[in-house]
Amino acid sequence: MLELTLNHYLAVSAMLFALGIFGIFLNRKNVITILMSIELMLLAVNINMVAFSAYSGNLEGQIFSLFILTVAAAEAAIGLAILVVFFRNRGSIAVEDVNILKG
Amino acid sequence: MIEALFFYLFAGVMLASGFMVVVSRNPVYSVLFLILAFFNAAGLFVLIGAEFLAMLLVVVYVGAVAVLFLFVVMMLDINFAEMRAGFQKYLPLGLIVGGILVFELVAAMYGDAFSKASLPVASEIPNTTQLGGVLYTKYAFLFQISGLILLVAMIGAISLTMRKRVGVRRQSIADQNSRRREDVMEIVKMPSDKTKAKNNVAAGSVDDK
Repeated sequence: MLELTLNHYLAVSAMLFALGIFGIFLNRKNVITILMSIELMLLAVNINMVAFSAYSGNLEGQIFSLFILTVAAAEAAIGLAILVVFFRNRGSIAVEDVNILKG
Repeated sequence: MIEALFFYLFAGVMLASGFMVVVSRNPVYSVLFLILAFFNAAGLFVLIGAEFLAMLLVVVYVGAVAVLFLFVVMMLDINFAEMRAGFQKYLPLGLIVGGILVFELVAAMYGDAFSKASLPVASEIPNTTQLGGVLYTKYAFLFQISGLILLVAMIGAISLTMRKRVGVRRQSIADQNSRRREDVMEIVKMPSDKTKAKNNVAAGSVDDK
């Protein structure tokens, strides 16, 4: 219990990932909160990568965590830009209003 | 011992703030809790020996991404209370899916060799130096590609949100540089003797009103 193992980190990251999924289900209407939940899930993935990398003494997990961070930042920027443009055109960001394509 | 205490502190605060991100009523609070979660994740990274990534998390996530979220949340004029209608409707489904996921992930990792692995002894070389040694040699190509991704994201975000507004005076540099003296300036010869001046006053009396 008081000695840290890889399992501790994996359990925390699993719980954080599940919280992200829970958030997506819970806030179906609010795109901003969905994006934040995706950030939480990416953070959980990063924790997983770094934990495995540290416990196996192999730096490549941290390198890939760096790339995940890069892609997450790009994704957030593009997602929020799309959100702003959508709000400008429709005056709403509710998910059910995104129906021009009749999907 | 002290490490374990700090682990539970960071992990507990991170999970609690992650939960608050999801359930909080006001998205501004959500973003602030997201920042708290990132700070605690940085603490976990420091604990595990990945100092460079911890600092990167603080700089990139807290300094850039979370602030971007905050900007957008405050910029858009949205009735967030209305958006929470049907919150209870999705609660059971979310709980079921999340619970199954946690159960599966935790079940997959218990009773296996993971629990026996212990942290290797920290080396003398700092984490940042080690990362740089790998990143700029073995993964130099991927590193440059990630820079390209950031460039594309920047250009995409700017070109998406830029718009031409009507009624706004904009600077046109091409027009300014192509101005010629002959086009914009006119030299008028004025006679200076008295009689002509009198005529001019008579003729210009309309302008005097």
